[in-house]
Formats: sequence, C-alpha cells, structure tokens
Amino acid sequence: MMTLDWNAFTPWPALAGGLLIGFAAAMLVLLNGRIAGISGILGGLLRPVRGDAGWRMAFVIGLLGAPLGYRMFSALPPIQVDADYGLLIAAGLLVGVGTRYGSGCTSGHGVCGLSRLSPRSLVATITFMAAGFAVVFVLRHFLKF
Amino acid sequence: MIVLSALFAGLVFGLGLIVSGMANPAKVLGFLDLAGPWDPSLAFVMAGAIAVGFLAFLIARKMQRSLLGAEMKLPAPGRTDRRLVAGSVLFGMGWGLAGFCPGPGLVALGMGEPKAVVFVLAMLAGMVVFEVLERRRP
Repeated sequence: MMTLDWNAFTPWPALAGGLLIGFAAAMLVLLNGRIAGISGILGGLLRPVRGDAGWRMAFVIGLLGAPLGYRMFSALPPIQVDADYGLLIAAGLLVGVGTRYGSGCTSGHGVCGLSRLSPRSLVATITFMAAGFAVVFVLRHFLKF
Repeated sequence: MIVLSALFAGLVFGLGLIVSGMANPAKVLGFLDLAGPWDPSLAFVMAGAIAVGFLAFLIARKMQRSLLGAEMKLPAPGRTDRRLVAGSVLFGMGWGLAGFCPGPGLVALGMGEPKAVVFVLAMLAGMVVFEVLERRRP
C-alpha cells in the first residue's frame, strides 16, 4: 500500500514553479524557436557550431544565476544531497551519456516533449522515470542505503 | 536579442526549479521513492509546466519564424529506437542514484553546492564520452 508523505508534499509551490518552467520553455520556443532541453543545450556546446553557441551559453548562465536572482527577493531554500562523491560521479556519468543517447532529459522530453505530444518523448519519459523508480527502490529498500 | 531572451529564459527556468523544490535532490528522491512515504510534488511541477508548454507549442507549431525572426528548430518526428530507450534507461539510473538531472544540477551548482560541482563535471565528462563515441561511428 502506498503512503503519501504529507509533510514533504508541497502542491502549490510545485505548481507555481512548474508554471515558471513552462513560461521559460514557452519564451525560448516562441522568441528563439528552440526547445528548452537542458541536456541538448549543454551537449550543443560540446559540438560548437558558429553562431549557435551564444544563446546556449546565455541560457546556461541564466540557470546558474537563478539562485543569485532568487536571493534578491528571499533566502534560498536549503537543499540536501545525500549521495556521496563516488555516487555523484557515477550518477553524473550516467546522466551525461544517457541524456545524449536518449536525446533529452526531464526538460527536453518530460516538459517540452510531452507538451508537444511527442510519442518519442512519452516513451523516453516513461523509461527514465521507471529506471529512476527502480534504482531508488533497490538503493533504499534492498541495499538499505 | 536571441542571446538576451535565452538568458532570461534560463533565469526563469532556474527560478522555477528553485520555487518548485526540484533543485533539491532530496525532494526529487522523495518522488522517485514509491515504496517509501511518497512525495508527489514532482508530478505537480510537470503538470504546471506542461499546461503552459502545451499552449506555447500549439502556437509555435504554426509559426514560420520565431517572434525574434529566428528559424523554428522543432524536432522532426523520429523513430522510437533502441538508442532512445537505452539512453533513457541510463539517464534514469543516474537520476535515481543522486536525485540530480541536468537542470537542477546546474542550479545547485549556482547555489555553490560542492556536490553539484562534482555531479556537473561528471555529467559533462559523460557528454564528452558520447561525443567521442559518436565521432568514431562509421
């Protein structure tokens, strides 16, 4: 039987943050004609094409600068990273290779792809979510990490 | 202008990740842990983002050029092949290991989180590995 974590569940901030993410994706496609897929935007920087790197760098700088912008209005909410450095290196390598082979991540497939009703993105999203569920199950309930 | 609008879009995207709580790996793992006390917040983030995104792409599909005059680069319908599925399996595994996907990794790096620095460097290394393997493909 599934139990909900009512103390952790934050429906309103989640929805509000989601709307902001949607607006960002809307801005990028309507103004620039581009998909807001973080892994694709980063990957394109590793294979630079003349005249194509500027907007990618700008988007990444915007993401990196978001905490600074947030701090102008309010204190940053604390974050918690339980993974140790070995796990983080493995996680990073898998995310890097996987998103490039799979042509997208949570933003490119999960947000933009599903918004476009792309069948490929639906398959990708179901697949990476299932893999995420499975790994967390094994780590937390089988290996008792 | 293209660069400025991308900067602003990245900033708003990052703010959305912070507001939604998704820049916090512990919260993401709370969603991925179906067998523990489950936190459905991530589903609400997706719902909010897709609600706006759906309308935007409805409009974008009909546009010949972007509002700033750029070419519309929307992905062409492609095949759902082994690369897509295998890549997504690897990505999902990495996501589950630490609770970081690319966007939140970069935002947490911007917060000065040392663990995010390690994650992002490893992620970039993984992307470089992909580039090298791709260039070797016959």
